[in-house]
Amino acid sequence: MGRTFAALIGRATRGTDLRPWPRLHADVEGWLRAAGGLRDGAYGLAGYWGEPGRVNLALIDIPTETAEAPTGGLCLVSLDCPAGRFPSVGAVFPPAIRLERTICDLHGMRADGNPDPRPWLDHGCWRAREGMPGAAPAGRATDYPFLPVEGESLHRIPVGPVHAGIIEPGHFRFTCSGETVVRLEERLGYVHKGIEGLMAGASLERAAHLAGRVSGDSTVAYALAFAQAVEAATQTVVPERAVWLRALMAELERIANHLGDIGAICNDAAFSIMLAHCGVLRERVLRAAALCFGHRLMMDKVIPGGVAADLTTDGRAVIEGLLAEVRARLPELAGLYDKTTSLQDRTVGTGHLRPDLARRFGCGGVIGRASGRAVDARRLPGYPPYDQLPFDIPVAEAGDVDARVRVRFAEVVKSLSLITHALARMPAGPVLATISPSDGDQPAEGLALVEGFRGDILLWVRLRPDRTVDRCHARDPSWFQWPLLEAVIEGNIVADFPLCNKSFNCSYSGHDL
Amino acid sequence: MVQGLQMLLVLAIAPLLTGFVRWVKARMLRRRGASPLQPYRDLLRLVRKEVVLAESASWLFRVAPYLVFTAIWVAAALIPTFATGLLFSWSADMIAIVALLGTARFFLALAGMDVGTSFGGLGSSREMMIASVAEPAMLMAVFTLSLLAGSTQLSAVANFMLDQSVGLRISLGLVLVALLIVSIAENARIPVDNPSTHLELTMVHEAMVLEYSGRHLAMIEAAAFLKLVLYASLIACVFAPWGMAAAGDGFFAYLVGTGVYLLKLAVAGVLLAAFETSIAKMRVFRVPEFLGAALMLGLLGTLLLFVTRSV
Repeated sequence: MGRTFAALIGRATRGTDLRPWPRLHADVEGWLRAAGGLRDGAYGLAGYWGEPGRVNLALIDIPTETAEAPTGGLCLVSLDCPAGRFPSVGAVFPPAIRLERTICDLHGMRADGNPDPRPWLDHGCWRAREGMPGAAPAGRATDYPFLPVEGESLHRIPVGPVHAGIIEPGHFRFTCSGETVVRLEERLGYVHKGIEGLMAGASLERAAHLAGRVSGDSTVAYALAFAQAVEAATQTVVPERAVWLRALMAELERIANHLGDIGAICNDAAFSIMLAHCGVLRERVLRAAALCFGHRLMMDKVIPGGVAADLTTDGRAVIEGLLAEVRARLPELAGLYDKTTSLQDRTVGTGHLRPDLARRFGCGGVIGRASGRAVDARRLPGYPPYDQLPFDIPVAEAGDVDARVRVRFAEVVKSLSLITHALARMPAGPVLATISPSDGDQPAEGLALVEGFRGDILLWVRLRPDRTVDRCHARDPSWFQWPLLEAVIEGNIVADFPLCNKSFNCSYSGHDL
Repeated sequence: MVQGLQMLLVLAIAPLLTGFVRWVKARMLRRRGASPLQPYRDLLRLVRKEVVLAESASWLFRVAPYLVFTAIWVAAALIPTFATGLLFSWSADMIAIVALLGTARFFLALAGMDVGTSFGGLGSSREMMIASVAEPAMLMAVFTLSLLAGSTQLSAVANFMLDQSVGLRISLGLVLVALLIVSIAENARIPVDNPSTHLELTMVHEAMVLEYSGRHLAMIEAAAFLKLVLYASLIACVFAPWGMAAAGDGFFAYLVGTGVYLLKLAVAGVLLAAFETSIAKMRVFRVPEFLGAALMLGLLGTLLLFVTRSV
């Protein structure tokens, strides 16, 4: 796989420090060829981040406009830029623009040729940038120039960052002609926590703790991504039982979140009875998780080397009871959704996401799959134990709010059967292995791609020889979904935005790092 | 004296009806729900709180809540609740009620735009879009009723409906449906508006009053509570006038009338809650179609009257 990428990118030397995928050290020309490949759709963008003196571009061999028979393999292209300048990828490949602005914000490096030089996460009030202690003085938030819109009788509606409901903060700037949205511009970064700065120098235990809190609703998926990256870097073998338990937890998290989303989407159309039903079911899932693993969201239960809580015989019975209940109730809910014409009237045709846009932005998760993109990190590139499990990926072509609701229903059904398989095939044995110690004085790097309920989470980590974290970067699936929300709402009416937004349900926290 | 009592009764039970509807809805969603008395506590809390005014607010913004409240209270007082033939009944008719409600809405919409925030303007424009269809629909319904009863006085209409000779008339059915649709729209209930939403972008009534606080908000909330009672009473008075005391009846008749009236309101509350639970909110641009149906029904009701009469 690495050879194919090397052939595409040309002049680059292959590194040996990253596992399980290859790394190419590119020069400026190789970097530009990598960007050109993204533009031409030869492969997809999986991640793009900086570290002091270097920028990294993760490419993935995934269905794009031109790629054939994708393998899902990844490749990391790195460019050293000691002078703090590097050629922009966003100049030729727009999905990279926001990631590039973030690199500039966090590490003070400049992307030459980036068409949008405005800051992104940095609102001008941080004390320090990660990797550059003390570089920026604390201050009041700077003025942010929103994109200009010209035309007769247009008016602007600023919404947020503080919203009326209990949701995360983010600012939306609508430009409308009457009720119709002409443009939506997002402004994010309000929940920047400095995850990368906190990770630097942290012990494995603390770093796993932090990783599980990048985006609280996907805590299992993030912890799993971190654990897999660390295990890849240290070549630790995870006990078989732990692998199955991780899948069990990940699917429980997926079911709980999808149920919550379905209820919340319907509630935004003022159909609160669905929220009530879904709320009850979601609560059952969370309580079952609390009974089995000791935490409702299963926070800190997936740790590098295995899992922190084993499933007892009693716990097994609890899960089986839960599966029976959700299986029995789910068809009723799907039927209620199908039969309520007033609800369908709101969801069908609303917030249509064009399949070519979804493909171009590498949009994964429910949103991508509802727009005809059959991608799932559990399949491509795939990781244990899903490679041993039979499941197909629910896909819809319509790309509207209705399709996103239906894909969520279908995924809950799939997750239920995956849990059944996991319970049946889970062997007895230990659930935690110790992380193998370093065999030299070289740092070790690991990369992992894990399917959370929103989509594929990419996590890269570099460990020092003493097994503390040198640097870590987590790329939330929302990076490639937020920009699409702007495209989706265009031409819809303002009052339908909450519905579109909820059907996307992007993460603010995971995105703001 | 009875007129004064009725005005006080309407004012006193208005928050209770809204609280009751909320409570029934919560029970239907299998939630415990806040006590039906919660709206009283909310009003008390709002009255005690200080008023926060936008810098750009004019005198209109400050007086509008009182105007709105007064107009709706007077309108509510014109509707016979537990007794017909009240003092005010002879001084103002159904058209006056529609006019008073229109006045209240006009001032609220003006106040919504006064501060100059985008949400106020958005809410006012949506409210006016709804009103431009809801008001004619309401008037058509009024015309049908008055043609039937031969009077625009509500007491006369109620007495006419109590008369056994009315029987079943298609026009009345059409008018009932039209009035129900109008009352749902006017009271900002699902599917036209969602009274409990937190989504700024979908609000109609709530968006208009987003800038209000303290006692001003209390007046507007109280006016909204009164409006719900007003429409429930109106429909009850016209289509279910049983049990109302006539002018000059004894104390006992008034007592029975009050009891029956409260029962009617409770039934209306349960029906409203059940309807709201079973339906999703419609798109903003579907609302005129929905209300257009009410207008057409009112029109049909009037036309049918003439057709049946000429036969």
